[in-house]
Amino acid sequence: MAGAPSSQDRPIAPHVSIWRWHVTMASSILHRVTGVGLYGAAIGVAIWLIAAALGPEPYSMVDTILSAWYGQAAMYLVVASLAYHLANGIRHLVFDTGAGLTPTDADTSAWFAILFAIAAPIGLWALLTFGV
Amino acid sequence: MSNSERSMRTPLGRVRAHGASGEGTGHFIAQRVTSIALVLLAPWFVVSVALAVRDASYLATIDWIADPVNAVGVILLVAIGLYHMSIGMQEVIVDYILKPSTKMILLFLNAAFPLVLAVGAIFAVLLVNFGV
Repeated sequence: MAGAPSSQDRPIAPHVSIWRWHVTMASSILHRVTGVGLYGAAIGVAIWLIAAALGPEPYSMVDTILSAWYGQAAMYLVVASLAYHLANGIRHLVFDTGAGLTPTDADTSAWFAILFAIAAPIGLWALLTFGV
Repeated sequence: MSNSERSMRTPLGRVRAHGASGEGTGHFIAQRVTSIALVLLAPWFVVSVALAVRDASYLATIDWIADPVNAVGVILLVAIGLYHMSIGMQEVIVDYILKPSTKMILLFLNAAFPLVLAVGAIFAVLLVNFGV
């Protein structure tokens, strides 16, 4: 409770540090981390749109950043984060229906979300390089 | 609340308005409804922009935004995405920031900043389409 005066003095049960690491734990933490990371990506999309409206001169600054190695690395991380948050978000929508909640199913779907996050940026890069 | 065992208040009456953010399931439902829209909008945006604006050039970007379907899609993405983002970040703030004054300031900024960003980005899309 927020109003309890002695909350700072109470002993706190160790939680994250004491558990054996398992994939559903990682999937939950990754969902939050990628969500916070996508906050930055959304700011980037807004800046991209606003720069385009401002004209060629301001846009060239965005172009420079996006074309540099750190811009490309950031784009890779954004696509991976988005893919993870998307796959794990669908996983949570399925959980909300009551399905897929057994430890075996939850482990399998967590691994699927992580593998999708690795595969999606590689797939997009392959599409741009070898595809249409 | 000490004699809650003998109180005549219902469990619902006791917990009402005592949640971390002082409200009920509105945000929980909004988070899921917006996520369903984003399941479609986010992958469309990434693939469409990646294919059309692969070298991040100014003219390719303007061409992409000037297409009516892209303009409507990206406005929906910005509006729904930034609302989803704001709800998610509110949950993170409520979970980790315990000091009431810091929490209130961050919650205010988290409500205001995505709104300003969304209006700016949507105005930019309109400007590219209808501007001078």
